[in-house]
Amino acid sequence: MNSTATLASRRFRPGFWTAVFVVTFLAFAIVTVLRFTKGLGAVTNLSDQFPWGLWIGFDLLCGVGLAAGAFTLTAIVHLFNLKRFEPIVRPTLLTGFLGYGFVIVALLLDLGQPWRIWHAMVYWNPHSVMFEVAWCVMLYTTVLALEFSPIVFERFGLHAPARLIHKFITPLVVLGVILSTLHQSSLGTVYLIVPSKLHSLWYSPLLPLHFYISAIGAGIGMVILESYLSKRAFGRHLEMDLLEPLARGMVVALGIYGLMRIQAIYRNHAFGTLLDFGYEGRMFLLEFVMGVILPVVLMSFRRLRSNPDWLVGGAFLAVMGFVMNRLNVSITGMEAASGIRYIPSAMEIIVSVGLVATGMAVFAFAVRNLRIFPEGPVTESQVPEEGA
Amino acid sequence: MGMGLLIDATRCIGCGACSSACKEQNKLPAKVEEVLTAYTWTTVQEREGLNVRRLCMHCEVPTCASVCPVAALKKTPEGPVVYDSERCMGCRYCMMACPYEIPKYQWDRPVPVIGKCIMCAGRVKDGQPTACAAACPAEATTFGKKEDLIWEARTRIRSKPGAYVDHIYGLAETGGTSVLMISNVPFEKLGMKTNLPSDPPAQRTWQVLSNIPNFVGVWGAFLFGVHWITARRDDVAKAEHHTNGRGDRS
Repeated sequence: MNSTATLASRRFRPGFWTAVFVVTFLAFAIVTVLRFTKGLGAVTNLSDQFPWGLWIGFDLLCGVGLAAGAFTLTAIVHLFNLKRFEPIVRPTLLTGFLGYGFVIVALLLDLGQPWRIWHAMVYWNPHSVMFEVAWCVMLYTTVLALEFSPIVFERFGLHAPARLIHKFITPLVVLGVILSTLHQSSLGTVYLIVPSKLHSLWYSPLLPLHFYISAIGAGIGMVILESYLSKRAFGRHLEMDLLEPLARGMVVALGIYGLMRIQAIYRNHAFGTLLDFGYEGRMFLLEFVMGVILPVVLMSFRRLRSNPDWLVGGAFLAVMGFVMNRLNVSITGMEAASGIRYIPSAMEIIVSVGLVATGMAVFAFAVRNLRIFPEGPVTESQVPEEGA
Repeated sequence: MGMGLLIDATRCIGCGACSSACKEQNKLPAKVEEVLTAYTWTTVQEREGLNVRRLCMHCEVPTCASVCPVAALKKTPEGPVVYDSERCMGCRYCMMACPYEIPKYQWDRPVPVIGKCIMCAGRVKDGQPTACAAACPAEATTFGKKEDLIWEARTRIRSKPGAYVDHIYGLAETGGTSVLMISNVPFEKLGMKTNLPSDPPAQRTWQVLSNIPNFVGVWGAFLFGVHWITARRDDVAKAEHHTNGRGDRS
């Protein structure tokens, strides 16, 4: 009795988080059951006026975007041959793989009849961006799985398949970069078809390029953020010598992206909508000033980039700016044309939070059991294993 | 050019016979709702003292058909834009993309499909008018060859100057539609979309999508090229290191 009590008190922190995860999972499971028995209308605030909501805006658009670190880093290491970045490729691949898993689960909930998801493979419509998106999700998830598989193979001592993958790593990485380029940009192309609906602060014929470049910026931001979270959770050191130059790359990507956005607003004659400081204007300023201008300015200073706290702060702003942009394109910018104000239901939010929690739990599980970080499987070594 | 419908808002008496006939023809629940839903494919709304019919416009280059990943929506040669519920997986991109906001969803069902006017495609194929046109007692909805309908609309507008707004709605909007409307009140006051481009929105995405094969070739060649150069540079550096013994690179 006594020993279990001390064990429990010692393990209070992981126990607390476990409880949070369990509650989230239970809520997630209940919403899933309701969604498939009562229909989408019963669990979401979606309607004929507003057919796409949080699950598309956050789960899908952000899930894919934040996985962009994977193709950026594999390209840097395997194609541009900057091998010193190799130590952070594996956590990035893991994040990318989880991001796509996130997207697939969200799709299974959001599609009206998810059991027909294979229809996209059989009934072709090459004129549809969604058709391209569907194929990119399928193919790139496969590529990510292959790129990640050696990590699993080596865990079980299967060296032959790991070597086989290694032999084909260059074409695999090239394929991954091509698919990612197509997929990241195609999520912007999705919104090209609504010139009369999407607000002029966000609409642009160059939306595919906006989505692509902002994903690279946010993907790098996510790499930095995830290194920081791993540091917090597993007591790892921050690879500042690698993250500082990556932050420089982030500044370049976000800088180009920022200029393109300003050009698009100029072209749409939409600066006027900023002056009246309306709903869309305020949301835009929040997104653009906090999520683009601020991180670009801050991370331009080497002294700030080299300071772990400022670096993580800058990366956090970039990732938040990215999330806000995707929500603004998919929700804020579409509200005026729809004539209604969409606010996600509690159950929609539960699903999104549940997915993030699942992603974090799987990440932690993988880090404990596989060689994700150069030093091998990591455990919270502060907690000594007692009894059994 | 196919068949079409001409709707004259000045003639509509708001009796709702079109909606009821549509319900019967398409075996939909009898209650006619005020707005379009997955169960009400056409309805009559009062605007500015006029009775305005709402229904799918049946675009010549339908945005919904272009965005559907499984080609569940398509334009038939006769004019109607039809929907195959057996293919639909429920992504709802058609609802998002339709400039006229026509496709509606069965939000209340666990196995939902889209609902929208299909211009009685079966009847039209058999050479019959749509159920709504056949039911209209006031000749406010006329069924016919689209070219005849355009001529008829022009004649009505010209023969009584001032009695109509000089605009046939659907002639140019989004590249033209099979359903045409004329009215004596400007269309934006009737709740019709008037900020629409005259080119089909589908063209904008096709400009991007049709370039994908080229893009894959060029981008792939570039990436392999980069890899080849960086790998070669490494090899050269290694070889120099080997011959010089000290790796003296300046």
